[in-house]
Amino acid sequence: MLEIKHLSKTFATGTINEKKVIRDLSIAFEDGDYVTVIGGNGAGKSTLLNLISGALDPDEGSILLDGKDITHLAEWERAPLLGRVFQDPMMGTAADMLIEENLALAYRRGKKRGLRWGISKLERDDFREMLRILDLGLEDRLGAKVGLLSGGQRQALTLLMATLQQPKLLLLDEHTAALDPKTAARVLALSDQIIKENNLTAVMVTHNMKDAIAHGNRIIMMNEGQIILDMTGEEKKSLTVEQLLQKFSALSGEVFANDAALLA
Amino acid sequence: MLTFFSSLRLSALGSALPGNVSQGLIWGVMALGVFITFKLLDFADLTVDGSMATGGCVTVMLILAGTNPILTMLAAFGAGIAAGLATGLLNTKLGIPDILSGILVQLSLYSVNLRILGGKANQAVSVDRYSLLISSRSIGHAIAVCLIIVAVLITLMYWYFGTEQGCAIRATGCNEKMARAQGIHTGRMKVLALALSNGIVALSGGLLAQYQGFADVSMGRGSIVIGLAAVIIGEVLCKSLFRRPVSFSVRMAFIALGGIIYYIVIGVVLWLRMPTNDMKLFSAVIVALFLAIPYLKQKRRPHIRKTAKETEVSRNA
Repeated sequence: MLEIKHLSKTFATGTINEKKVIRDLSIAFEDGDYVTVIGGNGAGKSTLLNLISGALDPDEGSILLDGKDITHLAEWERAPLLGRVFQDPMMGTAADMLIEENLALAYRRGKKRGLRWGISKLERDDFREMLRILDLGLEDRLGAKVGLLSGGQRQALTLLMATLQQPKLLLLDEHTAALDPKTAARVLALSDQIIKENNLTAVMVTHNMKDAIAHGNRIIMMNEGQIILDMTGEEKKSLTVEQLLQKFSALSGEVFANDAALLA
Repeated sequence: MLTFFSSLRLSALGSALPGNVSQGLIWGVMALGVFITFKLLDFADLTVDGSMATGGCVTVMLILAGTNPILTMLAAFGAGIAAGLATGLLNTKLGIPDILSGILVQLSLYSVNLRILGGKANQAVSVDRYSLLISSRSIGHAIAVCLIIVAVLITLMYWYFGTEQGCAIRATGCNEKMARAQGIHTGRMKVLALALSNGIVALSGGLLAQYQGFADVSMGRGSIVIGLAAVIIGEVLCKSLFRRPVSFSVRMAFIALGGIIYYIVIGVVLWLRMPTNDMKLFSAVIVALFLAIPYLKQKRRPHIRKTAKETEVSRNA
């Protein structure tokens, strides 16, 4: 279970550009929750994920994962607990390294990295099997550099890497936003499948309202660094994009400021 | 013009060749150190100008004190590791930018090296009085010894960068954000790589000092440029010869070869009677050219992926 208590983050404190990105935000994600996060540009969605992952340090508040306080742990220290997929397909993999080397790196998340050889024969066979399930033709390209893969292939690989060591929480930060619609749908379906099969707790930021409704069991909407809507179960399932937009203007007193979400 | 060329004797060029090869091999060792930071870690480390000289100074003083030349090489390696540690800690613990932390350590090493040399600007070790590992007096022997050292070094580096720890260093250099997301302590990896790199550079400084029979407090000046030249020449040559990804060990062998080629080119340029004083300018221009070529090539040819990315950005904006 992830508990966030009174979390605040301000950028450029004390300057004319000061911006309160997260304001006294509290929420708890139960085990097995698959939460989709929507909100306008600058609502604080990605910042929230970056605070959970440790890429950013909060000004106030605390973050507890399974009761363990991870608020001020270094990014690499809490990495064993988290699986992450980024918006930029280039971000989640090492382009100059081989597919199998990337997987072997991910396989050792949270383990000591000593002077044993970086990948074993047994792992290589395992990786081949896992890639076969992805069905992207990568199982025969273990020895190819990741830099040669398409954006969709790289996101699928990153997804696999993020869940190779079962994480307590999977963080998906608009991970299909940079892909073409067909590939995006493919990667989304794959995400659902992996989350379901491994019974993972997951948080997915998206700017696509349809996706946010169609995936997961819980939806939260953010505005100006706070959560203004939190729905689960049947209530969430029966939502429509129009209803969401209406709720947004009613709750925030503004028009939803994200072209991509409206056009989607 | 014609009289100039007829005054050049090919035999002079030929007789200088073995010397160029042995010197090139010593710098090939140095280039393998630079390869770790510049290529694997993506860290422009300027410490090497200082640690190269440190290696030479430590070696010469220990030999003068009667230490076994092989042990002195280990001591030089250790001194280089200490220098790399200093740079790494300035960078990762104190947040000083890459290049600046290297420059700070390089500058401080000048004083350190003077102290090692007992306050003198240089110290000589005569091959007549001490049993040196290599000497420019017997070039054939020097080439053989250096070849063995290069081969051992490449083997060790091939092994190390294939281990879990070596892979973590490479991941840190390739994509730091991804490395951290995979639980790699990227700061520690940087310190490790810098220490190892400077250890190897100091080792080559120790070899150079024995080869030339003295250590000089400024013997490392500009060595980063020569090291980079060797790395770049080696990589360009390797790519154009194979035109496909090659094994890591082959790649490293070509970098050592890059050092030899660099010194042969220098030999030819000197043979053409370019003033020795202009050599550093010449080296810098060569390195600048080789570094610029890939950039200019990429700029001229619109890259498909790049165009797609730009479209994506404009769509999101």
